[in-house]
Amino acid sequence: MSPPDDGRAQVVDLEDLALDRGGDLLLRRALSALAPGARLEVRGRDPMLPIHLRAFCRKAGAALKSADGSSVAIAYVTGGAPTREQGAERAGAADPAEPGAIADRPAATWGLAPRGALVEAGVAPLMFPLADKDVVWCDDAGRLYAQAVAAQWDPATAIPWDADTNHAPEIEDAVVQIMTYLIENETAALLVPARFVASLHPHFREVMQLLAVQVADEARHIEVFSRRARLRRGELGLSTASGQASLRTLLEEPDFAEASFLLSVLGEGTFLSLLRFLHNHAPDPITAAVVRLAAQDEARHVAFGLGHLQRHIGRDAGLRARLAGAVERRHEALRQAEALDERVHDALVLLAAGSLSPSRIAEGHDLVRALHEDMHAARAQRLSRLGFTEAEAAALSNLHTRNFM
Amino acid sequence: MICSELLPPVVEGDVSNRDNVLILGAVAYAPKVVSIWEGFRTVLEARRVPFDFVLFSNYERQVEALFSGAVHIAWNSPLAWIETDRVARARGRKASAVAMRDSDRDLTSAVIVRARESAQSLQDLSGATVAVGAADSPQATLIPLLHFAEAGREPGRKPQLLRHDVFVGKHGDHVGGERDAVRALLAGQADAACVLDANLLAFGQDGTLPPGATRVVFQTPPYDHCNFTVLDGPHGELVERFVEALLAMSYADPEVRSLMDQEGLKAWLPGRLTGYAQLERAVAKLGVIDGWLARMGAT
Repeated sequence: MSPPDDGRAQVVDLEDLALDRGGDLLLRRALSALAPGARLEVRGRDPMLPIHLRAFCRKAGAALKSADGSSVAIAYVTGGAPTREQGAERAGAADPAEPGAIADRPAATWGLAPRGALVEAGVAPLMFPLADKDVVWCDDAGRLYAQAVAAQWDPATAIPWDADTNHAPEIEDAVVQIMTYLIENETAALLVPARFVASLHPHFREVMQLLAVQVADEARHIEVFSRRARLRRGELGLSTASGQASLRTLLEEPDFAEASFLLSVLGEGTFLSLLRFLHNHAPDPITAAVVRLAAQDEARHVAFGLGHLQRHIGRDAGLRARLAGAVERRHEALRQAEALDERVHDALVLLAAGSLSPSRIAEGHDLVRALHEDMHAARAQRLSRLGFTEAEAAALSNLHTRNFM
Repeated sequence: MICSELLPPVVEGDVSNRDNVLILGAVAYAPKVVSIWEGFRTVLEARRVPFDFVLFSNYERQVEALFSGAVHIAWNSPLAWIETDRVARARGRKASAVAMRDSDRDLTSAVIVRARESAQSLQDLSGATVAVGAADSPQATLIPLLHFAEAGREPGRKPQLLRHDVFVGKHGDHVGGERDAVRALLAGQADAACVLDANLLAFGQDGTLPPGATRVVFQTPPYDHCNFTVLDGPHGELVERFVEALLAMSYADPEVRSLMDQEGLKAWLPGRLTGYAQLERAVAKLGVIDGWLARMGAT
């Protein structure tokens, strides 16, 4: 197309190209570049051009001056309806580091538009309940997401599934019981972010992606724990009523900050200690590998939970008290279950003991006690990172579910 | 517990209870017609035009409702306009076309043949089999057949007609009949097919018509398509407000843009009657609505 000049029409020459084979693309581009009131000369040799052009212009709201039937059709097109860019709004910026890139309250009318896109006016509002930057955003989300993607592992190749597992049957039973327990905990850890990712405004893209990877992480954990449990046994272990009651309170927590606090900071944080313990006392290389790889992922989940809650607390002075209240409420709800289920407890002791001999059991028992202390210290330390005093952190950590997650 | 007397609910703004509402009739040729008119109803109500609509399965029923007073304004096909005008004249009433889409003006239809066939004009299609759309489609049947007839090729004798009666009663609003006509041409079941210019372009774009497979042997002069039809009567002021609101709608306004997209226009324009002469001649020549006109007492 020639550049606009002194009053003469701009020209688009379609040569032999038909409007129904892409000529319409050239015409639309030329029309969109046309100044108001300017005239576009359309040339072409396709025999259908005159009749196609008439239909095209009618649809485009453009005026067609003449379209002759000679071998070279020449027509003049003026105007055209306003473009979709008119009244459109830029939905923040793609790069989160740009000033103003992340809106405090992204509009419902931005809907599914990518952050940084130009959104046509008139989009029907799409309501995402989680649409407050203070509640969901974490400045580290992009980095954590990139790290999560880079750290993805393939269950088929990352774990030495063919390694020997020639420990005693009672140790295998303990492994199966622990795997059963881990699977149901990871199921809860999958469902909680899955529920929130569906409520989250897609404007917070990195958080959405991170939560999605978190869901995928848990799916993989469920896969490898299930496979490990069934290596030598046809059936899984016992799913306990108290364990499920504890996890249920996580699923029923409607508030993003509170659910994230209970699940990621306290629950998954506690699991880091547990997985480390299982790694140290794994009776075979397969068990050691599945818990080690799961722990890598869980550490990221904890980092995100801490990251967005630290930011949120910095902007909402009342949040810390609400989080403390959430722990207290959960504690009240789970009052009947005052200790870790004995099946899980026994399995941990036996795994750490390595055999049923009384002296080894005593050692195993001491190791599990030490695990509880380690979990408590780590929880209190994470709570202090959220600004709780030492005394508050210790008190809240003590109220955390005995079920670990 | 305190029990209160059970009262029937009061529905605020229940349009069926309001007097002085302009009721529009439209034909539901596709599911989108519901969302289009629900959308326009919201917009018009917000612009202080009391408005409601009734959907019909065919244009004849809609025109009858216009005469019975069940609707006050009809979103008419060009054939429904002629039907209304004929009945109005017979009954001593006056029908008017008050508004139309920009895209209703200056349509043309094409008669196409397979590219390798030798025909260059309608005359060359003597004895040919011609694929047309629905029996009541102005663009894909009636207006093209008028030109066959005026070229000395009487419909029903020579050429032979291959009709594609998709949704008769909807006056060709559904594109299915035209698409079937074009497919019949490509399959060798017909020697020519009649198609609206816009569909000729659309069928090329969507692959129904392979590139270079067909050639235009005849293009009709321009004609007009739908209009909002009213009869003389007590709703003149409401009609004026309705038309004023339509003409004030701008494609730049996001509130109405998607409705205008669905309805296929960039601007509403005043109605005009200069574009229906070909269809008038076709109706007279082909006698397609004679039976219905007789039932309406308009022969």
